[in-house]
Amino acid sequence: MTALLQVEDLRVAYGKIEAVKGISFSVEAGQVVTLIGTNGAGKTTTLRTLSGLLKPVGGQILFDGKPLTGVPAHKIVALGLAHSPEGRHIFPRLSIAENLQLGAFLRKDKEGIEQDIQRAYDLFPILGERRKQAAGTLSGGEQQMLAMGRALMSRPKLLMLDEPSMGLSPIMMQKIMATIAELKSQGTTILLVEQNAQAALSLADQGHVMEVGSIVLSGSGQELLHDESVRKAYLGED
Amino acid sequence: MNTLPQQLANGLFLGSMYGLIAIGYTMVYGIVQLINFAHGEIFMTGGFGALTVYLALPDGISMWIALPAMLVGGALVAVLIAVGAERFAYRPLRGAPRLAPLITAIGLSLALQQLVFNLYPNAKTSRVFPQLPFGPYHLGSITVQSGDVFLIIAAPLCMAVLAFFVRLSRTGRAMQATAQDPDTARLMGIDTNRIIVIAFAIGGLFAAVAGTAYGFKYGNVEYTMGFLAGLKAFTAAVLGGIGNIYGAMLGGLVLGLAEAMATAYIADIPGMQQLGGQGWAPVWAFVLLILVLLIRPQGLLGERVADRA
Repeated sequence: MTALLQVEDLRVAYGKIEAVKGISFSVEAGQVVTLIGTNGAGKTTTLRTLSGLLKPVGGQILFDGKPLTGVPAHKIVALGLAHSPEGRHIFPRLSIAENLQLGAFLRKDKEGIEQDIQRAYDLFPILGERRKQAAGTLSGGEQQMLAMGRALMSRPKLLMLDEPSMGLSPIMMQKIMATIAELKSQGTTILLVEQNAQAALSLADQGHVMEVGSIVLSGSGQELLHDESVRKAYLGED
Repeated sequence: MNTLPQQLANGLFLGSMYGLIAIGYTMVYGIVQLINFAHGEIFMTGGFGALTVYLALPDGISMWIALPAMLVGGALVAVLIAVGAERFAYRPLRGAPRLAPLITAIGLSLALQQLVFNLYPNAKTSRVFPQLPFGPYHLGSITVQSGDVFLIIAAPLCMAVLAFFVRLSRTGRAMQATAQDPDTARLMGIDTNRIIVIAFAIGGLFAAVAGTAYGFKYGNVEYTMGFLAGLKAFTAAVLGGIGNIYGAMLGGLVLGLAEAMATAYIADIPGMQQLGGQGWAPVWAFVLLILVLLIRPQGLLGERVADRA
């Protein structure tokens, strides 16, 4: 069986500066795979390339058996790849309900959309309480919930989450991580980019450590959690 | 005789026309952060498009049949030029430094003026425009010309349709999303190129209505008519808060009123006798623009840029 997402020797550059220097990894259906690493390692660039916002200069992306390179961003979500971007990027002047509806922009099944919006409210009750409120008035953690809920609205085969815990209070971070664990237990396939390596690796089936554009170490989440060099570099131990 | 009611009415009529043109500036800016300085000329070609249809119709035809045909013709020309400008002049420059599309817009503006000047028959000065077969009406001390009646019906109607379209339709929702965060809009599956084309098309449509109204109001159209009207409508868009469609209409009305008041009454102020009259109208409009930029650069209904982050 082939993987849901297969990335081969992916290279991405901003002008002459290569930000991703030929990485390969795969995500099997049902797995949570995480990319960890410091700022500037190329994690966000990788996700933005997968969702079509950036054009790679080389390499192959196969999603569900189809090549993604050269497919425009607005068509990639239709193939089943949803992206919750770094910094949340909710639509600030639209309501919470409208943000969620936009997540289902390409779907035509009105009833299914309503059900899924209700499911998002069940997952994040605070969103349901404030459904008519402008999304820009939400706190950072609530905006993160909305961004995740919105990404789920396309019923993706693969959910990409970029730094979902960034800038959140410890309590809110725990809540977000618990939600990711819940999504995982429901069988959602997730590609998770995180700076919080501890939290990400504890959840992940597979992990890849990125440094300046390359994958330097790969393994299961547990292996990486206990790896000496990972502990030193990313888990704040001496 | 008290001239104030008449001047207020004049300001509203004029302001409605500015508002209709300002919609085009504000929609395009809201979505691609581009000031389409050729928009005044799109307004002008809309007027000429309407005239062309009228001239093509048989002599003596009822204006009630001619009017819808003229509007459709004007709209077709203006929308085609607006969308063509986006496709062939602005799209290749997306991502280029901001100065590049700005200069392109100015070049396009001059090119369109010269094309009409040189190619449209007898358009070296101005062409007589047909008149609507009713009016003028006298309401108390106010006289309303037929062209003003057209404006006072068309402007709120267009505005209401646009407001409903943007708020309630799927495409309207996609436009709002694209204006607020284009990259994320693409992640939702929105074809933002299509949305940009629609924004230019709506701008062209409204400009064509305004261009036809100009013909009715002033009795002629000329190749230069887009220059001042365009700059004033741009002022109106900034005044209302650029990017905000309600702001564009409000800014148009405020500008129209300010212009009517200033031209009518400034000369009554002791020591300012020589500043009265129509010749000074653009001066007051641009004084207002400068004041807005100094005191409230985000415009009447605009949000501070920080809110957009």
